[in-house]
Amino acid sequence: MILDFIFINLPALVVAVPLLAAFISPLVGRISPAVRKYFVLGATALTAAIAMILAASVYRYGTRIYVFGAMRPDLAVPFDSGGIPIRIMFTVDAMSALMEVIIAVVGLAIVIYSLSADENRSGLEQYYTLMLLLICSSLGMVTTGDLFNFFVFIEISSMASAGLIAYRVEKGRAVEAAIKYFIVSTIAAIFFLFAIAILYGQYNALNIAMLASRMQFSLLDKVALVLLIACLATKAGAVPMHFWTPDAYSLAPSSVTAFLVVASQASLYGLFRYIFTLYNLSLNAATVGWVLIILGMLSMFVGVTMAIPQKDVKRLMAYHAISQTGYMLLGVGTGLAVLGNQPMMDAFGRMAMEGGIFHIINHAMYKGLLFLTAGAIIYRVGTRDMNKMGGLGHKMKWTMVFFMIGALAIAGIPPFNGFASKLMIYESVYLFNPVLAIIAMVVSILTLASFVKVFHSIFMGPELPEYKDVKEAPLPMLAGMAILAAIVILFGFFPQQVVDTLIAPAANALIDQHGYITSVLGGI
Amino acid sequence: MRMSKIVRLSADIMFPFVVIFGWYVIMHGHLTPGGGFQGGAVVATGAALVVVAYSYQEVTAMINKTVLWFQESGGLCLFIGAGLGGMLIGFPFFFNWLAGSGSLFGTPVAFGPNSGDLNTAGFLPLMNIAVGTEVWGGLTMVILYMLSSLEKKQEGA
Amino acid sequence: MLWNLPYLTVVALIFIGMATILLKRNLIKILLGINILESAVNLLIIALGYREGGVAPIFTLAPSTYMVLPTPQALCLTSIVIGVATSALLLSFTMIIYRKYGTANVDEMRELRE
Repeated sequence: MILDFIFINLPALVVAVPLLAAFISPLVGRISPAVRKYFVLGATALTAAIAMILAASVYRYGTRIYVFGAMRPDLAVPFDSGGIPIRIMFTVDAMSALMEVIIAVVGLAIVIYSLSADENRSGLEQYYTLMLLLICSSLGMVTTGDLFNFFVFIEISSMASAGLIAYRVEKGRAVEAAIKYFIVSTIAAIFFLFAIAILYGQYNALNIAMLASRMQFSLLDKVALVLLIACLATKAGAVPMHFWTPDAYSLAPSSVTAFLVVASQASLYGLFRYIFTLYNLSLNAATVGWVLIILGMLSMFVGVTMAIPQKDVKRLMAYHAISQTGYMLLGVGTGLAVLGNQPMMDAFGRMAMEGGIFHIINHAMYKGLLFLTAGAIIYRVGTRDMNKMGGLGHKMKWTMVFFMIGALAIAGIPPFNGFASKLMIYESVYLFNPVLAIIAMVVSILTLASFVKVFHSIFMGPELPEYKDVKEAPLPMLAGMAILAAIVILFGFFPQQVVDTLIAPAANALIDQHGYITSVLGGI
Repeated sequence: MRMSKIVRLSADIMFPFVVIFGWYVIMHGHLTPGGGFQGGAVVATGAALVVVAYSYQEVTAMINKTVLWFQESGGLCLFIGAGLGGMLIGFPFFFNWLAGSGSLFGTPVAFGPNSGDLNTAGFLPLMNIAVGTEVWGGLTMVILYMLSSLEKKQEGA
Repeated sequence: MLWNLPYLTVVALIFIGMATILLKRNLIKILLGINILESAVNLLIIALGYREGGVAPIFTLAPSTYMVLPTPQALCLTSIVIGVATSALLLSFTMIIYRKYGTANVDEMRELRE
């Protein structure tokens, strides 16, 4: 009975459990800080379990909907409303399930990591509340089926991220990074609300499936599309709007940075969801596809060229995060550009989309791993400047192994997971336009070059006298890193199985707008 | 430097009326415009009135920040708990399990324009009270924390 | 022409808000520009719900049953609450920056370079 209850209410529990835990944790913290640590760890583990079970049930049984406040969870269209879904609902399809898996795994890894990384700081109760709120809002962003609900979750995630970035004040530098991030996020969110107002004023609906079934691509819809793409690409860190990324990623605590990568990808999920499910074939697919491809190429190129002269290790990794976001935009943009064209879609469009989506999960894993290793190094050494580090490979052996796994994965070396998704992107984009694929490969080589430089300057060389008594990173940090490294290696050894079970249903769910509308409105 | 006697006396007289008006707006949220956030903001305005009239040290001697923090957390827990209450009975999250049931706030609502019965609308008044508590706790804490950093700057300058 | 007045006001406010954010150098004035922008979008949402001849969507002592749409009013309320929290957080950040750096001028906050 309890299992039935949990199974029926899974989409609501996946947001309710971290939300409740976030607000009970100050009350628990009055007992003692150690009890609060275990409470937060337990709540995150429970959230991760619920998210994984929900993802498994969606992959097995198809799209699930959950209506808040109705008589039954799947009563999307009440019988006296005239065919209109009037309540807020969560629509979990295969793409949402994939994002939930990412958020669950990375969320668990960072909470285990931050149990020891942020132990001796003041204001910890607010830190854990904000971290659980960030996890809750990211899960809400990827499961919701309502446009305004997505806006509310984006704002919650911006606020929680801004508070967490400014957590270590560091003579005001972290607060400057946080205010830059938050001003850009707020302006993006206000224009997102403007786009929602335009769409609501035209169609009198906020539900994504309802809007998709009523969409005619008028001039106002074009304006709304432009605003949506611009705002969500800003939140994801694509190139003309990427200036908040290096500051915010480098000055946040490392576990927060690893999750900020995932939050940026939740915004990228939103971009793909609105372009594919809300508009689908009504827009001019070739034009919008090329817009995404150009954003992707700029991100790749600017990201990797700005990364090479950096001295601060986390800032360098942040520029690489921008560059890898470009790969995702390139892959999915290629799939979008051939959307109406069935033969080309079968030849390479579907593989391009699968490559882009596979790159999302791979990037979350190896970029999270890299940021966690950088955090472990900074925790032991005390400085972020790579010129002052050296010879750490003698003492921090496990950290060096994890860093090597992450660096080889990001450069696209087999047998790690970066190779599988990058190969899919190269093959399909080459059939679309060879120049793009060649530029992507050059960017990959530059990525490898800059990570060889980082590895050499941090870990190789003779042991420096000022780092004589540096020990290995503490065990919870190594445990968090090990979870992500295990996924990197596992996905690298079995990419075909991963693509068949996880990625191909997600790509199909994005392309198939009619299936989404049918599962919500019930077969019109 | 203290405010003059007139200012302090006026604030003392106005404060209970402002708080009562705020609670009125919270409680009647399901009948008239207003509700949780608006009423909570009015109560926080009352707190701001007291803070302006008296100095920061006197106000923090009267209001404890920990109590405000617990009001904020408690309000939110009550909100989510009221939503989860429907789940225990077997309905989805945030189902209005008190509406029309005859118990607390359970009188069925009359159809069309009516004169407004306070006892109706299910768990909406409960959620209004929860949100109102949370909002006045949170906003008062924000005002007090902003003022505390002003005091620190004055001591340092 | 008169019926378009709310929408013209929205456009004017968006221009004023964006001009303030882009042209002013003091951090507090930039935050005020963000508030103006937010008010403009709230006005647009409410103006979209208007029905000519409708009354306020409240059933208590309502004079008629032809009402304006209530959903935009709920959206606007949520947006105002989000705006309050945003302004509070931005102002707190500004206070800390002023205390640590000694200035609220964005041209002089160049600690994070390159």
